Amino acid sequence: MNSLYYQKRLSRNIGDKFFTSLSVICALIAILPLIFLVTYILIKGGSQITPELFTLEPNPPGDDLDAGGINPALIGTLIITTIASIIAIPVGVGGGIYLAEYSKGGAFSRFIRFGVNVLAGVPSIIAGVFIYALIVSTKILFGSMYSGLAGGMALSILMLPIVIKTTDEGLKLVPNELRYASLGVGASMYTTILKVTLPSAFRSITTGVVLGIARAAGETAPLIFTALFSYYYITGFGDLFYEMGSLAVLIYNFALEPYDAQNKLAWAASFILVLSILSVNIFSRILAAFTEKTK
Amino acid sequence: MEEKLTLFKNRKRFGIEKNIDIIFKNTALVLSSFVAIILLGIILVVFFQSFESFSRYGLKFLVTSEWNPVKDEYGAFTAIYGTLVTSFLSLLITIPLGVGTAIFITEDFVPKVVREIIGSFVELLAAIPSVVLGLWAIFVMEPFFRAFFVFLHNFFGWIPLFSTEPTGRNSLLAILILVVMLLPIVTSIARDSLNQVPKKLRNAAYGIGASRWKTIFSVILPAALSGIMAGVLLALGRAMGETMAVTMIIGNSNAFSWSLLSPGYTISSMLANQFGEADGSQVSSLFYAAFVLMILSLVVNIFAQWLVKKFSLKY
Repeated sequence: MNSLYYQKRLSRNIGDKFFTSLSVICALIAILPLIFLVTYILIKGGSQITPELFTLEPNPPGDDLDAGGINPALIGTLIITTIASIIAIPVGVGGGIYLAEYSKGGAFSRFIRFGVNVLAGVPSIIAGVFIYALIVSTKILFGSMYSGLAGGMALSILMLPIVIKTTDEGLKLVPNELRYASLGVGASMYTTILKVTLPSAFRSITTGVVLGIARAAGETAPLIFTALFSYYYITGFGDLFYEMGSLAVLIYNFALEPYDAQNKLAWAASFILVLSILSVNIFSRILAAFTEKTK
Repeated sequence: MEEKLTLFKNRKRFGIEKNIDIIFKNTALVLSSFVAIILLGIILVVFFQSFESFSRYGLKFLVTSEWNPVKDEYGAFTAIYGTLVTSFLSLLITIPLGVGTAIFITEDFVPKVVREIIGSFVELLAAIPSVVLGLWAIFVMEPFFRAFFVFLHNFFGWIPLFSTEPTGRNSLLAILILVVMLLPIVTSIARDSLNQVPKKLRNAAYGIGASRWKTIFSVILPAALSGIMAGVLLALGRAMGETMAVTMIIGNSNAFSWSLLSPGYTISSMLANQFGEADGSQVSSLFYAAFVLMILSLVVNIFAQWLVKKFSLKY
């Protein structure tokens, strides 16, 4: 009769309690530092934000009084990420269309899908090394060495696998009936893809692409010897061919400076970078959840 | 798809439209092969650039730790050792924490809302740039752990791993910041694989009287093991290639030491530090080190993919 009731002292129940508390402890150890990390970055960085930050050039380190602003780095990050997107999005979406719509699961498409996964795992600094060897050291871009353009190319290598993967997976989710219907009324393949399948996968592809862009915006390693860094305002189109600053490289350079003013600038840049990346992430997650519900 | 298309083969279509169709298909084909071109390009370029160093030092490069641009002597042992030690030790800490957290958020210990908030919070953290983590490590983590490191050295100094006096940045801090970076990856992949285990397996185990943790250890974890393993390998690849946070906190010293409390080096931090100013045969040696890093991460990644394919769940 007693065996029907829960008995605390049974070894299995003691063991269960033990492991349950162990997993709670794991979760606490894992999550508490992470919460601390995010709040610290937001508070410490947020307290450094001033209007001048967005308009001034950073002063060269050495003067502890006034560090200036991060305008060139902010604009530089926007430009470099835009260049990376201009390269990676068409190539990635086109490649994804081929994999999802045309390939028949043969050796070629299996090799490309494998390559996409491998490329996604290539360390980001290797992308920088590759572009350095290919573009910076050869001065192939009209004789310019370190340039924003080269930095954008290095970032596009990191974005490409993300874009292809999301396009491929987004298109695979489109029901085949839509394709049959379109082909059935006499549309050609490209009309079907451009007018039917791509639009219906549009939201999931955009979500993935936006997340890819957000990730690229925070990458530093591919930029430190392709785009290098610059203290000066970006004034015109020609600046693309010269050294270009970015928020990520600014944080790296100024974190290692012994001066307090530069360190504060690094915190401010971190705040802007983290806040924009997190809000893009949260926004696209909400959008994705919303899409799932309406389907 | 294909058999449906054959129906339309004999119908007439305008020439222009046909051509557009063909051009569209071939453009997509060319764009998709870009991936292969870039991948092969990376491997070939890095290999050929490292050729000079490779032919001069051969495999000796991997086991000596002299790095002297003045005397033109290069060996990357310290960096390779540092890469392997930091990534494996950080993984050793991350796996129990990550899998434990994943179990916590897939079981019903707390309400579903709380679990989902924790889960998406952890995923968000994977998006924080590593350079920001490096900044945080320099200004928050290093002062926070300083007293603890002194304690470690005083009481466990007889272990070679803690044998040096802690002086600021060191390998152990690099390991800890890697744990912070890898936790979100391991946790979210482990959570996904645990969620994919069919409910009927759990019900069957409960049905024959297994307790909750007996079910987890004997049924659910084994069923999710391939996914978790693949996630762990991906995290290992990430740890090996991770550059910024590690470079900022590891101290960047090429002097070899067994101690985790002394400054160290990894291949990627060596590249980040020296590539910009290197010239002559130093560049080639750096490319050689980059080649070693690439091979390491390629092997880990390909093994992870093989594992997923070989042992993916089939129910």
